[in-house]
Amino acid sequence: MSTPRAMRQPLALRLTSAGFLAFWCLIAAFPIVWIAVMSFKSPVDAFASNPFDVLFGPATRAAGNGLSLLDIVAGLVVLFYTVRLALNWLPRMVSRFAPGGQMLFGWIIAATGYAVAFVIAFFVILPAVLGVLNPILGPLGQPIVGLTTQHYQAVWVDNAFYRNFINSMVVTGGVVTISLTVGTLAGFALARSGSTIAFWLLIIALVFRALPHSVLVAGYLPFFVNSAEILRPWLGEAAPTLYGQPLAVIAVLVSINQPFTIWMLRSFFQNIPNELDEAARVDGCTHFQAFRLVIMPVMWPGVITTGLFSFLLAYNDFLVTSLLLDQSNQTMVPAIAGYFNRETTTTDQVEAVAAAVSITAPLFLLVMIFQRQIVSGLTAGAVKG
Amino acid sequence: MKFKTFAAFVAPSLVMMLLFIAAPLVSVFIGSFQLHQPVLQEVEEESCTPGFTGQTCTTTIVTRPVIAESGEMLTTTEWVGWTNYTRVLNPEAAWDAVTSFDWNALMQVDFWAALRFTLMFTLVTLPLVIGVGLAIALAVNNAAKHVRGPVIFVSLLPFIITPVIGALSIRWLFIGDGILTAGLEAWLDRDLALFAQAWTIELMMLFYRVWHVAPFAFVIFYAGLQTVNQDTLESAIIDGANRFERLRYVIVPHLAPLIVFIALIHLMDAYRVFEEIVGFTSQAHVISLQWLTYDFLQPDDSGNRAFGRASASAMLTMVGIVVLLIPLLRRTWRDHKGGSH
Repeated sequence: MSTPRAMRQPLALRLTSAGFLAFWCLIAAFPIVWIAVMSFKSPVDAFASNPFDVLFGPATRAAGNGLSLLDIVAGLVVLFYTVRLALNWLPRMVSRFAPGGQMLFGWIIAATGYAVAFVIAFFVILPAVLGVLNPILGPLGQPIVGLTTQHYQAVWVDNAFYRNFINSMVVTGGVVTISLTVGTLAGFALARSGSTIAFWLLIIALVFRALPHSVLVAGYLPFFVNSAEILRPWLGEAAPTLYGQPLAVIAVLVSINQPFTIWMLRSFFQNIPNELDEAARVDGCTHFQAFRLVIMPVMWPGVITTGLFSFLLAYNDFLVTSLLLDQSNQTMVPAIAGYFNRETTTTDQVEAVAAAVSITAPLFLLVMIFQRQIVSGLTAGAVKG
Repeated sequence: MKFKTFAAFVAPSLVMMLLFIAAPLVSVFIGSFQLHQPVLQEVEEESCTPGFTGQTCTTTIVTRPVIAESGEMLTTTEWVGWTNYTRVLNPEAAWDAVTSFDWNALMQVDFWAALRFTLMFTLVTLPLVIGVGLAIALAVNNAAKHVRGPVIFVSLLPFIITPVIGALSIRWLFIGDGILTAGLEAWLDRDLALFAQAWTIELMMLFYRVWHVAPFAFVIFYAGLQTVNQDTLESAIIDGANRFERLRYVIVPHLAPLIVFIALIHLMDAYRVFEEIVGFTSQAHVISLQWLTYDFLQPDDSGNRAFGRASASAMLTMVGIVVLLIPLLRRTWRDHKGGSH
């Protein structure tokens, strides 16, 4: 179907539109790409004022850390096949070997195994092979681009950033699981009930969503710090100090997230026809059975989307985790504040950059895999109601 | 659905919200009228230093916190009325500054400086986010089908990035002789120190926030553009509307509910501006209302947290958000009543 002539756009307009789009993409990606490049260079290169020095890293190369043409080609080939295998071979293997109904666990195991295999192949086998090949090949084996992973090593190994990573995973995992369990129940009831109470609950949830988190934390903190004494009359010696407890933070983040979760899940539930649960009820299901056996199986897209946003909230949070957790079980985002606050030398700064890139990488993967779900989640609340 | 079933389904969520949102609000409200502080006692101390002819002894009176038998500091909690609020608002200094039209003096009080920045930030970013989001949505809608996917992917990156990290990534481009500062210096042919004064930091924060939120507006507008009625557009062309008039009188009215939605979400989020202050480490120049509360909650050098003042500033922050929300709530209430008839 060709566009009618009157709707066709003059060349100038199309060029402006395309130019603007290109400009936007540049602005959108540039800061993120740039810090990723910086994190692989020695401090002199990373903070050089000439952009080509940052890109090619002469000082890093001079220090003996560089990639030859061969390294780059080999690395790109391995990356290309990793992505292709992940897109073609992995889903087939999962659907063949995972028992019916256990697809989710099948995916978790497969993804973990695949990630480990990739890390071994890319960071252990490949460098070993190239270490043998590079000296043989002469000019092709000469380093041309400076690149070093020493900052990542310093962050993850020397500074034990993996501990923060584990804490982050515990907190985000807990938040996603609990807030989806609690939220789907409430979202379903709110979508099916047209009563005034349901309306008021939603409005109150909206007001709660608007509350600045610092207001809430100001309410928790005095209680959490002294909770052992306050709870002693009821719990005796077992009374915990809630301050610094990941479980307490999970509960807090789930609650803060609840208003948003129930609004979003409600709008997904509203898209599922009412006749479906009525039919189940006629067949003798209780409301809960209808919810669990009939509605939930068709609700997975909505649950995954809402889960993604819960994940983002918990993963990205700085304020709550930095105030309610202590040093020993800090999550990644507040932990990075420690880096850039003590940045006395440029090495510290580049380490902070490497930590920042490490935090961003999982999010990058997330957008790659779940782009469609994120877009549908963003539009669910706005377009449908 | 019967009320009982409804209640059973909603109960877990409701209990969590009551326990962790409503209860803290009450506790903040009460806490804002209280003052926790260590019990202090004045101790007479004699300190002697060996001198040439004999010891020189001086007695001084020092204030020490009382230590309980368990080894912890004793603290008291007393009702202090509006004291916390006066200490946060500093009404006398503020009133003096207002009556003498001294803007700088008013900005010396943290709360008023934070309020100014928060409101400025919220109101300036709002039209920018809507404008930029709409422009990107129109441009993507114009683009060829096969580039839309990658463009949406790239556009989502600034939205999904951790706010603190996003602010940091912008800061690293500018800090010291960062790559963009160096570029600007070469272009303007002068020395720049972008982190030395408030207004340049504020500009970077505004840029960061628009960069971070525009993708959200874009995705929603883009979805809205897919449902524009083509017949209306065609009849507008027949009626002789030019491109701009079609945008102004057909497309924008169609997107109006979405604009309201984005404005609402953005007002709520921008009013909570906080991560920018952390990411740009700008507390010496620019602070926001949320950051003020956060700062009171951080332990000071002796390990005390100013809970009273934190609660007071939290309550004041909340007053602001309620004022922002009242028009919206009134509208929803009217719609609800109108709908039920």
